[in-house]
Amino acid sequence: MRQSGGIRDYDWWLLAIVFSICGIGLLEIWSATHASRLAGMEWRQLSWILLGLVFMLAISRLDYHVVLNRAPILYGLGVIGLITVLAVGHTRFGARRWLPVLGQFLQVSELVKLVIILLLARFYAEVRTDRLSFGDLLKVGALTAVPLGLILLQPDLGTALVLVPAVVVGAYLAGIQWKHAALIVLAGAMMIPIGWHVLKPYQKERVTSFLHPEEDARGSGYQTLQSKIAVGSGGFWGKGIGRGSQNQLGFVPVRYSDFILAALAEELGFAGVFVTLLLYTALLLRMIQNAQRAKDRAGMFLVMGVAAMVGFHVLVNVAMVIGYMPVTGIPLPLMSYGGSATMFMFLALGLVMNVRLRRFVN
Amino acid sequence: MSLLLLGFWKLQIVESDRYDQLAEQNRVRTVPVIAPRGTMLDREGRVLVDNYPSFSVLLLRDDSDEVDRLLPQIADGMNLSLDDLRQQVQDAGGLPHFQPIVIKPEASPSDRDFIESHRVDVPVLEMLMVYRRRYPRGGFMAHASGYVGEVSSQQVEDSGGKYKPGDIVGKMGLERQYNEQLMGTDGMRRVIVNSVGREVGRLDQTDAIPGKPIQLTIDYDLQAIAEKDLAGKRGAVVALNPANGEILAMASQPSYDPNDFAVSISKDEWQQLNTDPEHPLIDRAIQAQLAPGSMFKIFETAAMLESKAIPEDYKVFCPGYAEFYGRVFHDAEKDHGEVDLHKAIVKSCDVYFYNVGKQLGIDRISYYATKLGLGRKTGIDLPGEEPGLVPSEEWKERVFHQKWYPGETISVSIGQGATVVTPTQIAYTIGGLVSGGVFHQPHMLISGTPSPEVDFPLSEHTVDFITQAMWGVVNEDGTAAASRLPGIEFCGKTGTAQVISAEGKERAGKPGDLKNNAWFVGFAPRRNPEIVVAVLVQGGGFGAVSAAPIARDIVKAYYDKKTGGKQPPELITKAPAMRPAPEAAMAQQSQLATTVPADEKVPAATSR
Repeated sequence: MRQSGGIRDYDWWLLAIVFSICGIGLLEIWSATHASRLAGMEWRQLSWILLGLVFMLAISRLDYHVVLNRAPILYGLGVIGLITVLAVGHTRFGARRWLPVLGQFLQVSELVKLVIILLLARFYAEVRTDRLSFGDLLKVGALTAVPLGLILLQPDLGTALVLVPAVVVGAYLAGIQWKHAALIVLAGAMMIPIGWHVLKPYQKERVTSFLHPEEDARGSGYQTLQSKIAVGSGGFWGKGIGRGSQNQLGFVPVRYSDFILAALAEELGFAGVFVTLLLYTALLLRMIQNAQRAKDRAGMFLVMGVAAMVGFHVLVNVAMVIGYMPVTGIPLPLMSYGGSATMFMFLALGLVMNVRLRRFVN
Repeated sequence: MSLLLLGFWKLQIVESDRYDQLAEQNRVRTVPVIAPRGTMLDREGRVLVDNYPSFSVLLLRDDSDEVDRLLPQIADGMNLSLDDLRQQVQDAGGLPHFQPIVIKPEASPSDRDFIESHRVDVPVLEMLMVYRRRYPRGGFMAHASGYVGEVSSQQVEDSGGKYKPGDIVGKMGLERQYNEQLMGTDGMRRVIVNSVGREVGRLDQTDAIPGKPIQLTIDYDLQAIAEKDLAGKRGAVVALNPANGEILAMASQPSYDPNDFAVSISKDEWQQLNTDPEHPLIDRAIQAQLAPGSMFKIFETAAMLESKAIPEDYKVFCPGYAEFYGRVFHDAEKDHGEVDLHKAIVKSCDVYFYNVGKQLGIDRISYYATKLGLGRKTGIDLPGEEPGLVPSEEWKERVFHQKWYPGETISVSIGQGATVVTPTQIAYTIGGLVSGGVFHQPHMLISGTPSPEVDFPLSEHTVDFITQAMWGVVNEDGTAAASRLPGIEFCGKTGTAQVISAEGKERAGKPGDLKNNAWFVGFAPRRNPEIVVAVLVQGGGFGAVSAAPIARDIVKAYYDKKTGGKQPPELITKAPAMRPAPEAAMAQQSQLATTVPADEKVPAATSR
């Protein structure tokens, strides 16, 4: 296999969209934190972005087939990483999610998301028929269930859920049979009451407060309410950068990260939200286009896995900000502050670029 | 994606106004700026009641888990009972979480130190500066000043929006009467707060309008004497200027400390004050309704002279008792011999007035007593005044559905029976009577205009005769001769009223509790009086012994102030000018002034 694709073969449209989203994110991180003791956060985020670009370039130079070949090993490392987190991880906000690496706190589950995409792409690509057998489904389910369970134990319901769409979209593209799909949905529905008992109290609270936000105006329903107030009070044009009271006075919860879209909606209004959502739509469409143009099934599954996961992130986060979904702690890709999440995004983009660069090869 | 965009449209365009309002509510907090209550000054501008800044301790309850965790430490640090504290927090469960509760209304310096030094580890405590009422200590003038307290929910409802919950309003006395002036209007400050409620900016401020001070007619110096003389007794003192109705001093004992109410009185303390057999919460000056005893003879004299039903030179031979309707009514331990009207007042001869009463009849007595101001409220500017009672045939028929017995008239003649008066009423009526029948409504607020008056003009002769006789009571070897004030035309009348019939007294066997009530009403000078003092000492025995000296002290202080503290050089009391007094009495006067006072006689029991 030879190296292929020059600098011009990179998806510059995709990169332009990515940089636009990152730029808006940096602006809003600055706005949300410049007047607080968190000031300077935008510079740290910028350095994550730059580091992410380096990783993206590096991963795009590798042939993704090579990476896919290593998927089982990476999967094994990922599972070990998650077990390590549970054993010796760093606890913040009541959850054990972080592993200290080189003076930074690494959220291992973010990297595991990537590993799952790789593993699923390889698995689905190896199914040579148009029809997915039930045995294949069970295998996929089992492979995903191990890291998913470990992430749930942290506990991190949000990240665990993010794994599901990659499985589902892959299964759809690989040709899942309707009766199997129906069976899984039914089984899933029956699991809900059992799952309810497994939920941590704060998770249950989030769900109940999502269903009845008025009952708990200062608890976790408070976050949703404050987010909605920020969004609603923004109006069409917004209050202006640095001038949203909900944002500046700290009423919007984690306004520089999970709820960054609420801060944006308040300060830049519906107009800002419209542009932002347009950018995310363009991002997803561009990825899907890349998937269609992939040279082989593996490349297609890889890019679609990334698209499914990113799309799920965006949908859940945006829906949470306007109170359509419970608070789950899923960040908005490329905008929310966070090292591990940013790394994941650029590594994932690296995979997309990788597939693109090799579309004409061979 | 477009569904989500629709969600944003709904929030940001359709419901934008509502969320804008909510954002504003979040951002802006209205902090009340408490208006200090108006002070109370005495007639010379001396401060009687004022305010002092004090700190209330607030418990912030945003994080209920943290509050629960910290309560033991708070209870320990603030010297509060943990159980009470828990109860308070539980009781506040219905209030919104962000609304703090007051856990200690008045923080001591050590409490403040505790809060300041535990800002970090006990972040749920906050202090709020408020103004608190400061009253004179020891219950000084407590009944007149009254006290303040948190407005009741009933009052809030009735006020039509004027009061809001948590307002401090006058509950009793002048605080209640003049709450409108004293209260002021709270201002408010609109501040920008961040999500943890910390103030980060200020929008605007409406200043508090402080309550207006009120200047009382009270003279601190006279009040102080009244309080001092009454200390340890049960009774009341009322001094007023009959020419305009201004109350110069008003005391009631036993008293309570209104400062206890200013913070927040504990249930136990309140219970104790209410069930105290001495009834410290009763303002005896306006609420004690008791038989006037011999003071009533003045009213009867007025009735006799004004109605002319009995000739002025009517005389009675007093053997020490008299028999009416088959019953014996006692007068004194010794007889008075031949008694005319003047002597009957000076010596307080019961037999004379039994006869006068019998001839006047109850309805005539009742008519004049009522016209002269008894049996109705004086209209003093204090809440809770009692009207007293003047019995009549009609009254007995109406209330008891019984006929009036002529024997009752005999008792009424000497101020016993159903007749009851309050000390304020006595000062008001006697003051008006000896001023010629001009009754100025008593009041406690200095104002440019004289208070409303009720006129019942008496003839010059009647007024002169009565004031002459009352001068005699003090200055002519009368019942209050011991209270004579050299150089001052101090006049008065004693009263010693039975609490219970002699028979009942024996049955009860508790002589201490059932001693006679001592009364004295005095004024000066004899004509156009400037000051009238009514004194009641419950269970004080003889009016001349317990009550008259208190009135004398107040009148003396009044004159001392007036003359700059110097005694006039003249030592002999000015002789009366108008009336040709009995020569014998006149001749004896200067020598007898220093002799032992003739005790007033105990009036006979009406039922004997």
